[in-house]
Amino acid sequence: MPSSPSAVPPPATEALIFDAIRTPRGRGRSAGSLHGVKPVSLVVGLINELRSRHPGLDPALIDDVVLGIVTPVGDQGSVLPRTAVLAAGLPDTIGGLQLNRFCGSGLEAVNVSAQKVRSGWDRLVIAGGVESMSRVPLGSDGGAWMNDPETNADTSFVPQGVSADLIATVEGFDRETVDRYAVRSQQRAAVAWSGGYFQKSIVAVRDRNGVIVLDHDEHMRPESTVASLGRLTPSFAAMGALGGFDAVALQRYHWIERIDHVHHAGNSSGIVDGAALVLIGSEQVGRDLGLTPRGRVVATATSGADPTIMLTGPTPATRKLLGRTGLTVDDIDLFEINEAFAAVPLKYAKDLGIPEEKINVNGGAIAMGHPLGATGSMLIGIALDELERRDARRAVVTLCIGAGMGVATLIERA
Amino acid sequence: MTQDAPADTPHPMFGWDVDADGVVTVTMDDPDQPVNMLNDRFRREFAAVVEHLHAKKDQISGVVITSAKTTFSAGGDLEHLLRATPADAPQMTDLIRGFHRAARRLETLGRPVVAAVNGTALGGGLELALACTRRIGLDTPTLRVGLPEVTFGLLPGGGGVTRTVRLLGLDRALHEVLLTGRAVRAAAALELGLLDELVTDPAQLLPAARRWIAEHPDAVQPWDTAGYTIPGGTPADRRVAADLPALPATLRRQARGPLLPAVRNLVAAAVEGAQVDIDTALLIEARYCVELICGQISTNLIRSRFFDLQAIERGAGRPDGYPTHRATKVAVLGAGMMGAGIAYVCAQAGMEVVLKDVTLEAAERGKAYSERLFDRAVGAGRSTARQRDTVLARILPTVSAADTQGADLLIEAVFEDPDLKQRVIGEVLPYLAPGAVVASNTSTLPITALAEGIPAPGDFIGTHFFSPVDQMPLLEIVVGAKTSDATLARTIDIARQIRKTPIVVNDSRGFFTSRVISQFLDEAVAMVAEGIPAATIEQAATQAGYPIGALALIDQISLTLNRRIRQETVAAARAAGLELSVHPAAAVVDRMIDEFGRAGRAAGAGFYDYVDGRRAGLWPGLATSFGPQKLGNPLFELQERMLFAEAIDAVRCLDEGVLRSVADGNVGSLLGIGFPAWTGGVLQYVNQYEGGPGGFVARGRELAGRYGERFAPPASLVELAAGGGELR
Repeated sequence: MPSSPSAVPPPATEALIFDAIRTPRGRGRSAGSLHGVKPVSLVVGLINELRSRHPGLDPALIDDVVLGIVTPVGDQGSVLPRTAVLAAGLPDTIGGLQLNRFCGSGLEAVNVSAQKVRSGWDRLVIAGGVESMSRVPLGSDGGAWMNDPETNADTSFVPQGVSADLIATVEGFDRETVDRYAVRSQQRAAVAWSGGYFQKSIVAVRDRNGVIVLDHDEHMRPESTVASLGRLTPSFAAMGALGGFDAVALQRYHWIERIDHVHHAGNSSGIVDGAALVLIGSEQVGRDLGLTPRGRVVATATSGADPTIMLTGPTPATRKLLGRTGLTVDDIDLFEINEAFAAVPLKYAKDLGIPEEKINVNGGAIAMGHPLGATGSMLIGIALDELERRDARRAVVTLCIGAGMGVATLIERA
Repeated sequence: MTQDAPADTPHPMFGWDVDADGVVTVTMDDPDQPVNMLNDRFRREFAAVVEHLHAKKDQISGVVITSAKTTFSAGGDLEHLLRATPADAPQMTDLIRGFHRAARRLETLGRPVVAAVNGTALGGGLELALACTRRIGLDTPTLRVGLPEVTFGLLPGGGGVTRTVRLLGLDRALHEVLLTGRAVRAAAALELGLLDELVTDPAQLLPAARRWIAEHPDAVQPWDTAGYTIPGGTPADRRVAADLPALPATLRRQARGPLLPAVRNLVAAAVEGAQVDIDTALLIEARYCVELICGQISTNLIRSRFFDLQAIERGAGRPDGYPTHRATKVAVLGAGMMGAGIAYVCAQAGMEVVLKDVTLEAAERGKAYSERLFDRAVGAGRSTARQRDTVLARILPTVSAADTQGADLLIEAVFEDPDLKQRVIGEVLPYLAPGAVVASNTSTLPITALAEGIPAPGDFIGTHFFSPVDQMPLLEIVVGAKTSDATLARTIDIARQIRKTPIVVNDSRGFFTSRVISQFLDEAVAMVAEGIPAATIEQAATQAGYPIGALALIDQISLTLNRRIRQETVAAARAAGLELSVHPAAAVVDRMIDEFGRAGRAAGAGFYDYVDGRRAGLWPGLATSFGPQKLGNPLFELQERMLFAEAIDAVRCLDEGVLRSVADGNVGSLLGIGFPAWTGGVLQYVNQYEGGPGGFVARGRELAGRYGERFAPPASLVELAAGGGELR
């Protein structure tokens, strides 16, 4: 049962968003521009940018730095957020918290930070996320879900790509439909970049000498067409057949005879490196420091769905979010859903009846990439920028998440 | 136990013999059993003998463990494991941990310990050998080595998982030993690494062991050596970790359904254990093993695969008082698929085979089947050219009835047409040896009727072979009204001679196997009419443990045959004054044949589409012709309909005297018609159902209320359940 809006206790304070910035996304391989940059340096660069943009920001008032990191080992291990605090020369009193909700981590960091502030227990928190997928490959941290045979078997584990193909099969999204979606993502991203829609939030990555390393999302392929994508080989067919994962998926979705493997490199999110930060604080701290709020976090929600089809969590999470706020799809001006695979936003839009012109209006991760732990925070910035550009009011940000979770956040311009 | 306990008191089943070099030979010899087993006595005395070795450590230079029996050790005591329930978990854990401790004490004695594997070492027997620092095998044709626990729904919990993983690495231990449950010959065991060395002369076995001890005074287990790593790596290694996510999935693909608990726990114990030290690994292994021992499925599998099978193989169905019979010359009538296969197994068993058909080409084609099988076997090294030539020379393809002169066995395997069968049999009868067994291979035709017109109906019997004959282990022997006990006894002996497992049933339409499997097929076909998606029906079957989807199977058998049998059954019942209720499957089969022209695989179209005789996906027309489709049905309900339909009919077979024993029903259903193995057979399924036969009766009534009277539990079962009994 969705709780009625009146059931939500009145906040101690609103959780205001003072800024939301991000690095451009570099291709997530050794030839990618950000492969030569430490993940901690990506974060430090953004911390420095926040400080220089907001001279009134007194670091002593920052309570915590909460960052989403999906593979917190190696370069990304040992509580990178605290490491970044120290590396950025911030006061010793500022904590660092690394959190992981798989692909939802960057948004969860925003939600947790907003909750800290809205509860009145913290005043000013830097939320965000970072992922250098070129340095720390996805899955390097193992885990019982996939690597313990008992857990794997009992939860019907399949890799996300097979789940995405399963969604497409169940929903009847054929290859052309998903490719058409991908082309639209590329085109919308190209329009947004050339129109300067991202300019306010993109912070070029510079090397230690101040030389620019990357100032644009380098994964994009705006020239993609349905015909050119049609030539790409499905990415998950071999894995599905040889790895036994198709069989596992079909044993659960037994009314389907075979999985239509429609996803490939061109209609799935790009593997990239990048980071993002969102500065969240109370009304009082905003007044004290002279920070101008750009928006506020109105509500957050997490939910979940079947772990085998895995990527359908945004629908129940959004329903919960809207239920909590008493709003409907019509009350929302923009939806940002992570384009993990083309079938994910297609299914989400279908489930909730969201029109094309409201969802991922500036493209998404298929075009620009999905730096796992950072993406949720990036989407907050993208949504906020677009609300301002359109002079609109509300946006819902959501991501599909490993093991079937979903996370959603409602933001509103201040 | 005191250190200087006399050798003969604490461990009388273990002989203790010290030679001049200080090598102790410990000889297992259970005085109460024909073979050494890991029973209570063994466990008690094994711990004692290990302590004795530790007590005498300073005076001994090494240990040889061997057996006074022709086998080394047969492994665990299945009788003991059969009855364990979850309440026995603490006791089972103690038993296993006790053996672990003793085996660990043995392998860390600080002296070389050689297992002189003088004969078959299975299960716990091999686990004991794996806890020795060296395994020397005696290369005899009968020696087998393996860990068959998984085939009984168990895992090798006496250190078998932990030590094979450490010996062979995760991948090889799982895929070549643990998951196959295969028992291999000495040479293969050597190649696998389960044995370290072979000797061919029994007299050389102990000397070889002593020699190795002399040469390796400081031998320790590899895993107790500094710097040891598991071959191929542990789950912490990226290479191994990368393959782990697909491990359960590939097994589920093979199983076509969820993993059986034994497979799941086995793989889990192996992988989890590979991440920790050996003592913790053994503890983990014990926990996964105890869960299986105390679970229902191991009980089912031990009962059917061991006790029921053993009862049949010991001749439970064979009338007493007849001498053992061996057939020397067989006349096989009809050289089609069945006749060709029957000729092959008879020739293999040493019979002279006359393979008769209406044309010589047809007869020769039948013999060519044996040639192909042999060529393949020779090519794969499973046979020799000489063996092939010897056996093939026994098969005479012919058109002449006179060639059957003197045959002491006739097996007719022509088309299922009573008149034809009687004609071809009549043609050959005059040439047969007096008292020859006259067998008709039929899957459904009543034997008593076929026997009419045979001068000596006492010699006439039904032998229902399964296709392909060379691979299917079951023979359903059908006793007609006039079949003599002598003929039955001889036929059972012949079944053994051709290495088939015989079940004995009384004559009735469809006998036992064909009749019961048709219940499974009809139930599945009825679901089509209800709008259950065909893919769901097939998944329900294979995920329940059936080897093939029901719709694929009925396509294979042909819808026409299914309809003909139904019509014959209805007609026969009507002749007997009975009006049978119409199964909802009938209408679907009729429409498939008459309206859509899809009579099955042979017709090139059935529930599936076919391309070049191969299944090319379910016919999409099913969804539109039998709609509206209901998606997302819980498989559980569909699966129980399939399982109950067969089980209830099997109970009726007992009631009607078609089945002569519960063991025959269980083994026949498992070996002949693919009833899911985990159940322990179609009648054991009733016993093991949650709540026992009483629970089964209650559920049957529920299904009857929902789907029809065919699920109403027979009165005999209701009565049995009310008395708290089980099918026995």
